Amino acid sequence: MHAAYPAVVSALLFSVGVYGVLARRNAILVLMSVELMLNAVNLNLVAFDALWRDRLHGGQVLTLFTIVIAAAEIGLGLAIVLLVFRNRRMVEVDRLTELGEARRRPAAAEPEPEPVAAAREGDGT
Amino acid sequence: MIVLASLAIALPFCAAFAGMLLGPRLSRLLGARPLPAAESGTGSGTPDAPTTPLPVVRPETGPVPGGGPRAAEMGRLVTADFALRGLPRNGPALIAVVPTAVATVLALVVALTLWRDPGVRGGTLTLVPTGSVDIAIGLQVDGLAALVGLMVCLVALAVQVYSVAYMAKDPRYSSYAAFVSLFTAAMLLVVYAGDLLLLYVGWEVMGVCSYFLIGHHWEERANSRAAVKAFLVTRLGDVGFLLGIFVLGIGAGTFSIGGVLDAVPQLPAGTLTAATLLLLAGVAGKSAQFPLHTWLPDAMAGPTPISALIHAATMVAAGIYVIARLYPAFLAAPGTLTVLGIVAVISMLGSALAALAQDDLKRVLAYSTISQLAYMAAGLAVGAQTAAIFHLVAHGAFKALLFLAAGSVIFVAGSNLLGHYGGLRRAMPVTFWSMTVGYAALVGLPPVSGFFSKDAIIEGARHTAALAGHREPGAGEQGHAALGAAAEVPPPVPDIPAGAAWLIYIGLLVTVGVTAAYATRAWLMTFFGEQRTSFEAREAPALMTWTVAALAVPAALLGFFGLGAAELRPHLVSAGVSLLWAAGGIAVAHLLWNRDPALDPADRLGPVRKVFDRAFYVDEVYAALVVRPVRAVARAVVATDRHGIDALVVGTAGWSRRAGGALRRVQTGNAQAYLTGLLAGVIVIAAGVVILL
Repeated sequence: MHAAYPAVVSALLFSVGVYGVLARRNAILVLMSVELMLNAVNLNLVAFDALWRDRLHGGQVLTLFTIVIAAAEIGLGLAIVLLVFRNRRMVEVDRLTELGEARRRPAAAEPEPEPVAAAREGDGT
Repeated sequence: MIVLASLAIALPFCAAFAGMLLGPRLSRLLGARPLPAAESGTGSGTPDAPTTPLPVVRPETGPVPGGGPRAAEMGRLVTADFALRGLPRNGPALIAVVPTAVATVLALVVALTLWRDPGVRGGTLTLVPTGSVDIAIGLQVDGLAALVGLMVCLVALAVQVYSVAYMAKDPRYSSYAAFVSLFTAAMLLVVYAGDLLLLYVGWEVMGVCSYFLIGHHWEERANSRAAVKAFLVTRLGDVGFLLGIFVLGIGAGTFSIGGVLDAVPQLPAGTLTAATLLLLAGVAGKSAQFPLHTWLPDAMAGPTPISALIHAATMVAAGIYVIARLYPAFLAAPGTLTVLGIVAVISMLGSALAALAQDDLKRVLAYSTISQLAYMAAGLAVGAQTAAIFHLVAHGAFKALLFLAAGSVIFVAGSNLLGHYGGLRRAMPVTFWSMTVGYAALVGLPPVSGFFSKDAIIEGARHTAALAGHREPGAGEQGHAALGAAAEVPPPVPDIPAGAAWLIYIGLLVTVGVTAAYATRAWLMTFFGEQRTSFEAREAPALMTWTVAALAVPAALLGFFGLGAAELRPHLVSAGVSLLWAAGGIAVAHLLWNRDPALDPADRLGPVRKVFDRAFYVDEVYAALVVRPVRAVARAVVATDRHGIDALVVGTAGWSRRAGGALRRVQTGNAQAYLTGLLAGVIVIAAGVVILL
C-alpha cells in the first residue's frame, strides 16, 4: 500500500478537525473536532508503524497513549462544558469571553490615567 | 615631651566621649541627690533678649538629645549656687573639668620645658602612605605652639569651670561639656600638629564643635540658623584652606610643617602666592576677617561661655596662629601680606564702628573680637610676628575675661541688651573690677596686657611704613633675596607697598580711638548710672565670679612678660600717639554719656547709627548677591525637576499605557480567535522557513 493514502486521509481528517475547532460555536462540537485531530494523528502513527515494520511498534504504543490521554481530556472537557451549561444555559464558545479585556463604553475609550480614579468611578456606579 | 603634648590632646578627646556616654551615669554613681527647690530665684527669669536666651529651664525638659536621664531633675531642681557644692558629685562636670585641668598641667610642663630649653621638638607616630606625598601623623612643638597651647588650655579650663555654674540648669549640660572638651582637643591638635593635614583635621573638628555649640539652644530657630550660617561661611573659607594646603604640600613635596618651611626658598613665587592666598581664605573664614566675618556676630546665639571659648579666645585665633606657624611662607609672598593687611584694616575699622552702635553686649564684644583679630592680622602683615602672637595671647586672656564677665552680667540681669543694665558697679564689685581690667586691656591702657601687645603691633606697623617709604622702587628683588637667604634681620620686614603699610598704620591708630569709644560706652552703660530695668542686682554665683576674677590676673599682668623681648617693649612715639587716640575716644564717649546717663551715647550718631548697627549692611549685600540668586537657582532646579524630569517619568507611564492599549484590544476573550491567531502564526513561520531555507 502506498504511504500517500493514509497520509492524505489523516490530513483531511486533521483539516476537518481544525475547521471544527476554529469555526464551530458549540463547545461539544469543538471537543469532538479536537478528537478528530487526535485521531488523524493516531491514523498516521499506526500507518507509518505498519509501513516501516517497526520492531518495537512505537507508533502503536504511542497511539494507545494518545487514546488514553484523549479519553481523559474528553472527560475533563465534558465536565467543564457541563458546568458551563449549568451556569449559563448555553455552551457557545464565542460568547464565553469573561476573561477577555473588558469592553469599554465609548465615553471611556481613552486609557484611564490613574487606577485610583478608575476605582472611584467603579464605586460610584 | 611630645608624649606629654599628645597626652594633653588625648585627655580632653577621651573626656568628650566619656562625658557624652558616661556623665549622667557617673553622677548617679556618686550619689548626686536632687536639691530642695528653695534655692530657685537666681534672677534668671524668662529673658526678653532678642538673640540669646539664658540657660532657662525649658518646659519640655523631657527626653532631649544628649541630655541624659537626669535632665529633667537637673533642670527642675539644681540651681547655680548649688553647682559649687555639688561639683564633686556632678558627673559630667567632673569628666569635663578634671581632664582639662590635667591637660593644662601638661601644657604648662611642655611650655616650661621649652622656656628653659628653646628649640623645636617633633615626633611622628606613623606615616600614612598616600601614593604621592605621605601624611605624617606627628606633633611638633616649638615656643609658639607651647605658648598658644598653654593659653588654650587655661581658657578652656576657665570656661569649663565657669560653665558648671552657668549651665547648671541646662538639661543638655552633659553634651555641652563634652563638646567643649572635644573642641579643646581639636584646638590643641591644631596648635601642636606637625603636619598640615593633621592640622586641618583639628581645624575641621573645631568647626563642627563650633556648629554644635552655637546651636546648643536649637529650640529657637534663630540659634540653629546662626549655627548653620557659621558652619557654611567658615566652610567656604576652609575650601580655600584645604586647596592651599595641597598647593603648598605638593609644591614642597611634603606636608610636614617643618619640611614645608624648609622648602619655602626653593618654591617659585607664583606657587607661594597662590598657596598663601588660598590659606588666607581659610584664615579669613576662621578668624572672621572682612569678607567672611558675618558669622561671628550671629554666633553669639550660643551660650556665653562658648562665645568666650570659641568665638573670642581660641578658635578664631586659630587662623592667626596658622599664619604665624607658616610665617616664612607668608613673608616670601608680599602680595598676600598686602591683601592680608588691607583686609585687616577693613575688618578692624569696620567692626569697631559696628561695635559702637550695637545694643547687645555680646555683639559689642563679638565685633570687638573681629577688630582685635584684625589687629593681629595687621601685625602679621607688617612683619610684627612676635607682637601679633603676643596680642593673640593677651587677647585670649582679656577677651575670655570680658565674655565670661559679660556672661555673669547677663546671668544676673536676664538680658543681653545694654539698655537694660546700668548701675551694676555696686551690686557686682568683683565682676565690675574684672571687666574694668578687661576693657582697659581691650582699649590698651598702660598697665595692663593689651597696652603692651597693641603698642608692639602699632610700632611694628610704623617701622614697616617708615622703611617702605624710604625703599627705592627697584629694591624689591634685593629685599626678597635677603629674606630668602635667612631672616637674620630681626624682625624681618615684609616687602609690602608703602601705601598699604601707611594705611595699616593709620587704620590701627584710628581703630584705637574707636575701640576706646565703644569700650567706654559699654562699660559706662553696664556699670554706671541708674539701673534701667527691674531685676535683683546681686553678684553672680561664686564659681563664675571667681573664675572671672582669676582670668583678670593674666589679663592684667601678661603685658610685663613682653618686657623681656626687645621688639615688644613699648616705644615712646607710638605709645604716646595711640594713647592720645584712646584718650580721645574715651573722652568723646564719656562726654556724650555724661549729658544724660539714662540714654545710649550711640544715639548721638544720628542716622549713621543704623548703618553701624547693621554692620554696613554686609549681611544685606550678601543676601542680595548670594542668598537670593542661590534661592532663585534652587527654585529653578525644583521647577526643572518637577516639570522636566518628573514629567518625563510620569509621561513614560502614560505612553506605555497608551501603547499597551493597542495590545489590550486584541485580548477579546474569544478562545477561537486566539487559536486562529496561533494557526496563522504557525503558517506564517512555516511559510517563512520554506521560502527562506
